[in-house]
Amino acid sequence: MTDDELIWRIAGGSGDGIASTSQNFAKALMRSGLDVFTHRHYPSRIRGGHTYVEIRASDEPVKSRGDGYNFLLALGDSFARNPQEDAYYGVEEVKPLSENLDDLREGGVVVYDEGLLDAEEVPDFEQRAEDNDWHVYPLDLRGLAKEHGREVMRNTAGVGATAALVGFDLDPILDVMHESKMSGDVLEANEAILQEAYESVRDDYDHDHDVSVPEGSHDEEQVLVSGSDGIAYGAIDAGCRFISGYPMTPWTDVFTIMSQNLPKMGGVAEQVEDEIAAASLAVGASHAGVKAMSGSSGGGFALMSEPLGLAEMTETPLVLVEAQRAGPSTGMPTKPEQADLEHVLYTSQGDSNRVVFAPGNQAESYEQIRRAFEVAWDYQIPSIILYDQKLSGETRNVDESLFDREPAPDLGSTLSEEEIQEAAHHHSGKFQRFQFDPEDGVSPRTIPGQKGGRYLASGNEHNESGHITEDPQERIKQVDRRLRKLEAIRDDLAEDDVLQTYYGPEDADYGFLSWGSQQDTVEEAVDRLNGAGYSVKALGVSQLMPYPRQEVSDFLSSVEECIVVEMNATAQFRGLTQKELGRYGEKLSSLLKYNGNPFEPADVVEGFENITSGDGEVPGDHTRYVPAAGD
Amino acid sequence: MSAFSAIDEEREIDRDEFTPGIEPQPTWCPGCGDFGVLKALKQAMPEVGRTPEEVLLVTGIGCSGKLSSYFESYGFHSIHGRALPVARAAKLANPGLEVVAAGGDGDGYGIGGNHWIHTARENHDMTYIVFNNEIFGLTKGQTSPTSPKGHTSKTQPGGSAKDPVRPLSTSLQAGASFIARTAAVNPNQAKEILKQAMEHDGFAHVDFLTQCPTWNKDAKQYVPYIDVNDSDDYDFDPTDRREAAEMMFETENKLSEGEVLTGVYYVDEERPSYQQEKQALGEMPEEPLADRYWDDDYEWERSYDLLDKHK
Repeated sequence: MTDDELIWRIAGGSGDGIASTSQNFAKALMRSGLDVFTHRHYPSRIRGGHTYVEIRASDEPVKSRGDGYNFLLALGDSFARNPQEDAYYGVEEVKPLSENLDDLREGGVVVYDEGLLDAEEVPDFEQRAEDNDWHVYPLDLRGLAKEHGREVMRNTAGVGATAALVGFDLDPILDVMHESKMSGDVLEANEAILQEAYESVRDDYDHDHDVSVPEGSHDEEQVLVSGSDGIAYGAIDAGCRFISGYPMTPWTDVFTIMSQNLPKMGGVAEQVEDEIAAASLAVGASHAGVKAMSGSSGGGFALMSEPLGLAEMTETPLVLVEAQRAGPSTGMPTKPEQADLEHVLYTSQGDSNRVVFAPGNQAESYEQIRRAFEVAWDYQIPSIILYDQKLSGETRNVDESLFDREPAPDLGSTLSEEEIQEAAHHHSGKFQRFQFDPEDGVSPRTIPGQKGGRYLASGNEHNESGHITEDPQERIKQVDRRLRKLEAIRDDLAEDDVLQTYYGPEDADYGFLSWGSQQDTVEEAVDRLNGAGYSVKALGVSQLMPYPRQEVSDFLSSVEECIVVEMNATAQFRGLTQKELGRYGEKLSSLLKYNGNPFEPADVVEGFENITSGDGEVPGDHTRYVPAAGD
Repeated sequence: MSAFSAIDEEREIDRDEFTPGIEPQPTWCPGCGDFGVLKALKQAMPEVGRTPEEVLLVTGIGCSGKLSSYFESYGFHSIHGRALPVARAAKLANPGLEVVAAGGDGDGYGIGGNHWIHTARENHDMTYIVFNNEIFGLTKGQTSPTSPKGHTSKTQPGGSAKDPVRPLSTSLQAGASFIARTAAVNPNQAKEILKQAMEHDGFAHVDFLTQCPTWNKDAKQYVPYIDVNDSDDYDFDPTDRREAAEMMFETENKLSEGEVLTGVYYVDEERPSYQQEKQALGEMPEEPLADRYWDDDYEWERSYDLLDKHK
């Protein structure tokens, strides 16, 4: 962490343009040479409700949201409801101001739209501002916006005021605005509002706060991408040209990006009647020779259990993505959680035979879905990318060159017609699609329409040419062969450098274990703890099935104690680790969070300090500690 | 040369090619109507000029699902109710294939009902054969979605309180552009109808009455049957949606009364198939997508060229 950072929070109501405004400002900060990370918090409703986006900008790499923030831009909520005090949901009108104060750091800046917000409605606001040394700037942003354009442009006024208060040049903001899709009149109005807000704040206020934008530079061109962008772009570069799906938050982002791009690339995107159909279509398209994917979030993924099992049994290559949100059932649709791990590992009847990766950040999302396609088509097995609402929507700058790669449309263990002629056939003429003997379990496949390749794919147990069988010996051979694929994949991935991420000094005494999207937050905590004199390292695991037994075992045996950090209430990854390794129960304790918000680095730092200091109590009311076995 | 040289290959086709050299003996009960579907399909396929390796036969679960085991072609024996979504995606992936989906009445009109409605609505260019025996056979005789009202079975001991599904009328409402009913006891008509269904450019739904001699003994053997296209007693125009709807409604009522009406009920040659609709929107390639993976000269698009909006 660096003290010289801006963590800017823009708060308002859903539907007021918070997301696009913040994305443009984040790009402007990135273009100025800073590293940026954005975090979005929003309700499950179309208009109104407590929404904010945080942008963290620093001259040093940022890979997580920060601890709290230091600049609040509170806009009005155009769609606030129930303005009575006794309403169950409280007075929504002031929420952009009132709901955000708890996380605002001491010495922070508050700009609020006095045209829409009445600070007197916020309990103890003045007192809290004084106690925390907040620098408060009430500005009539709405009035300024109306004067030059429309009321909704108050976002732009707020950005202009921000720039003046943190010493950020307007040019990068103007550049981004010019390149956006704004039409002539709208652009002109926004420009005027931006300039005037900037100048009036600069001229009217003699500010003395310590919050400012640092200066930075990048060695190469940066792009601002979300985990969803990474997943979609990796799929495109893996040669995926078919997607089928049904909308569900937060998976919809990947589905949308693919649906907008695939048709332009001569691919096919299908929005269908339900998730059973969605995954079944992907199976059908893959069977017919196209690299295909589908996906959903928890509830929709539950419907995919059947076709997922069908893909396992028929050995149809397939990539699914699962964007977790807080469950069970509908849960909290727009809030992140990591509680679908066991669901994704085991759903569908029979022994699981699938690959599951959980990327740790935006760049890994891109890398790992490429790997997921490669493994799926090489080994004829479903691969699943398990991520969550946090990674789906958080954006971060990465090197543009990450994406400057060769496409990989290869169909893996699929035979060409020439190869089919040489391959084994049953005397009846049927292709021997499911041969017992391959050492790695992979029996090459053919595609309908290929000469000499005909066979029957069946969800029933089947013999070598695909016909249904209940013969005990054939059954054993097929089950064993399919499971051999998982062992071969485990070996194959052992040296893979995009799946497991080690962080911190190798000889550290204490370890953190995390999976998926918590990885980089834990890394920031590791830096801080080591800076404070502790001896800590971390392993971020992305490969969940087949489980990387050797790597995790080596890591755990190298530390005295290890805290497993995950966003669920039942310590699912810790359970998986103990199941897979059969030991280390006495070393593993858990730090859990399941209140709908991802970990902040401070949660991990303070959790560590409290756990290791021996009292076992975790500070605050939003994390839980589960001690190690025997403690 | 295409990577899929079985597709559109010009050659003589022998009906026997569709009989597998392995497991040619079906496990269906003696007298089962399913034999009639198999025979009709074997006869129709050469007549539409298709060879086994350009046909993808996707089946569901149940006795009907085993059709793909006894018919020699590329086959996909999928899961209960899900033959249609698997099949229609295969057709989108490679429109050169002759795609036929098949399943039972529980499979298609019960558990897979949502897929049936939507596949018909979208008018995918494929044939859907529903083995309708008005019973769940393989699970040993439970009441099915097409069982008549009052049907008693182990799971409906007091008799079914439900009216049966109206397969023809529902398909018409949903948007199928070819709808027919035939019966296993009428092999010539069955072959002819399957042939027309496969030649039709759009979603062709064939409700195929297949007697179950084991679990639906008391029910009809679907004889005598009347071909409504040939009978002097019936006069309707299958290209007229209104007249077709009336004829279907009457046919469904008559079956409950024990009278078997069959024939081609509805044909809409004007409605573009889903593939054509998507191509008109520029959302589906002109060349089969499956071919692209074998084209060494194809310049694959890259995400690197999509990055401007992220800068």
